Amino acid sequence: MSTDSITWPQTETAVHPLVDRLHDWVMTVDHKRLGILYLGYALVFLVIGGIEAGIMRIQLIRAHNDFVSPQVFNRMFTMHGTTMIFFVAMPLVFGFANYLVPLMIGARDMAFPRLNAFSFWLTAFGGLLLYFSLVGANGLYGAGNAPDVGWFAYAPLTSRTFSVGHSTDFWTLGLLVSGFGSIGTAINILTTILCLRCPGMSLGKMPLLGWLNLVMAVMVVFAVSPLTAAQAMLLVDRYLGGHFFDTQAGGSAVIWMHFFWIFGHPEVYVLVIPAFAFASEIIPVFSRKAIFGYPVMVAATLCIGFIGMSVWAHHMFTVGMSPNANTFFVLSTMAIAVPTGIKIFNWLATMWGGKIEFKTPMLFCVAFLFQFLVAGLTGIMLGSAPFNWQLGNSYFVVAHFHYVIVGGILFTTFGAFYFWFPKMSGKMYSETLGTLHFWLFLIGFHLTFDFMHIPGLLGMPRRIYTYEPGRGWDVWNLIVTVGVVFQALGTVVFVVNLVWSYFKGATAGSDPWDAWTLEWSTPSPPPAYNFAVIPTVKSRRPLWDLKHPADPDWKYE
Amino acid sequence: MNATYIPLQQPFTRELPSRGRVGMFVLIAAEAAIFTIFVVAYIFYIGKSLTGPTPQDVLAAPIFYSICLLSSSVTIHLAVQALRLGNVSVFSRWWFATITLGVIFLYGTATEWHRLIYREGLTISTNLFGTTYYSLVGLHGFHVVVGLLCLTLVLAFALTGRVKQEHAYRVDVLSLYWHFVDAVWVVVFTVVYIVGR
Repeated sequence: MSTDSITWPQTETAVHPLVDRLHDWVMTVDHKRLGILYLGYALVFLVIGGIEAGIMRIQLIRAHNDFVSPQVFNRMFTMHGTTMIFFVAMPLVFGFANYLVPLMIGARDMAFPRLNAFSFWLTAFGGLLLYFSLVGANGLYGAGNAPDVGWFAYAPLTSRTFSVGHSTDFWTLGLLVSGFGSIGTAINILTTILCLRCPGMSLGKMPLLGWLNLVMAVMVVFAVSPLTAAQAMLLVDRYLGGHFFDTQAGGSAVIWMHFFWIFGHPEVYVLVIPAFAFASEIIPVFSRKAIFGYPVMVAATLCIGFIGMSVWAHHMFTVGMSPNANTFFVLSTMAIAVPTGIKIFNWLATMWGGKIEFKTPMLFCVAFLFQFLVAGLTGIMLGSAPFNWQLGNSYFVVAHFHYVIVGGILFTTFGAFYFWFPKMSGKMYSETLGTLHFWLFLIGFHLTFDFMHIPGLLGMPRRIYTYEPGRGWDVWNLIVTVGVVFQALGTVVFVVNLVWSYFKGATAGSDPWDAWTLEWSTPSPPPAYNFAVIPTVKSRRPLWDLKHPADPDWKYE
Repeated sequence: MNATYIPLQQPFTRELPSRGRVGMFVLIAAEAAIFTIFVVAYIFYIGKSLTGPTPQDVLAAPIFYSICLLSSSVTIHLAVQALRLGNVSVFSRWWFATITLGVIFLYGTATEWHRLIYREGLTISTNLFGTTYYSLVGLHGFHVVVGLLCLTLVLAFALTGRVKQEHAYRVDVLSLYWHFVDAVWVVVFTVVYIVGR
């Protein structure tokens, strides 16, 4: 049966006044609408965080530049990091999880729809709270002041003595509030996956995206909660005169580092595991093959989740831990390369011998494979303590983690946007603009982050607002900044593509990619109830079975 | 062929875990992680205060109040059992007993804090012991308060005749939270009043 023969009953589309439609969006508990709200919210903050990065790069384009003051530079890198992690990457992850998980497991909504809406609004207002610091941090004096303590806010910088005013409090409260939202969403995703799978869908027949989001949600529960606890302690210190991180009274600055990174490192996996999930759904469809090694992929994800909880102190080698601690964290960091490598080989094996179609989502996923490999290799370099002692807090570190977050997570997320845009909007995006976006962003990414390793190796520390000429850093910084221009252009093309296609794009139909998972069995965009009748599945690729009744998957699984 | 859905091929026979219990267990896991961080901080800072008073000087184990809190786990269990059997009046009585025991426990914490603040001069900003003690015990006390508010809401529903046998499942989910609050007290008690002294 070909997809062309599927006809959808024409649903009644009465046009409501704008106020009613906005009211519907604000009051919605529909997982698809909340997913889109998360994604739109993340894209707004992506632009804001990108502008902050641009300001930093303009300042560093040449030695002794004075585009912004050192104080503003401090605020920019703090706001850039905090925004990108908590108000771009997390909402992107949750947005796609919200939209896709119920559709892919054959459920009509998340397990707790109202908790879902509550979690989204907590996250949204957390972001607003962070940015309210621009006007509210100095109270009635009218002088705005964003947080400037770095995104990991080491003690004692956050103490009353060194953070006068309320900027640090806005940072803490913003993260605390959005953290509660994250925990609520994680509870929801876990419960949805464990309790609402459609008949026939055992855990072993769930799409990989379901499995990976399950692991992601478990990690959010065990990683974001410690951050919440640490932020509560910081508030006790700042408002009630507590001494948790007050070294003058016997407190410890290092324990803040531990608490922060117990959150901070699993957070990387919270973000990258959904990126793996996108790759695991997109690569098979555009290679026209089932995913290679499904059980091993699941096992590798569980391994990453488990080991990922025990590597946090590799962010702290330069603090001076005991040799035993250093050894443990070096070894656990090395160990995590094994399951990650298994995943890369599985994606390659999925592509091997397939009929690969280089549509835009696939382009982003192929780039992801190469870039994530390089990011992993520099990760292994930084994971060995002696190397880390040389390059800790240098631009090499900055280049490494941007390689993971931009080259790995953002690239697959762009791929996911293109892949599921037809499902979410009912329209096809422009392949030309998509390809243009890909090449602009790829060139920009490599100009910026390949060359950023070099000033790091030459000794340029992160978070400096300017530098002396003649250290060999100048030309590299120039190239890095030029790359940002390409990335910004690529992002503009991306947004133009989304907006233009939404209004003018060709009708996508229910299944434009001839894909195999349940979300493609619903109309585009899906109705509020998702499935008129809850489907029953017999294999991991239910739509393959439907389209090829003579040769269904369940005979072989 | 109109294929808006994949047709039902076999009757639905499988039992998945219920979402209320799973959701509550995940919430409990998240809460346990928060408590773990506070407990680690408490243990890490034992004996690191630069000034007095110390736990040895001022703390006395609240054994009676702890027994009250722990036995409230038994009463809430009996209440849920009664509701499962459809016995609403027995349910209300055990439920009320649970709330009473919880309130007695909070009264114990209140008197202890009053003594520490006004007689011993220990506040949250006095020293590291004060900071970690009030944070950890206060975090637990906060959870007791939240639990009591939820329990009282259910009691109000019960007294107005709105709690019926079919709600046993929901009440059971709430009781899981209360059991968690009690179990955490075992850890807090051990750390603060036994290890910490």
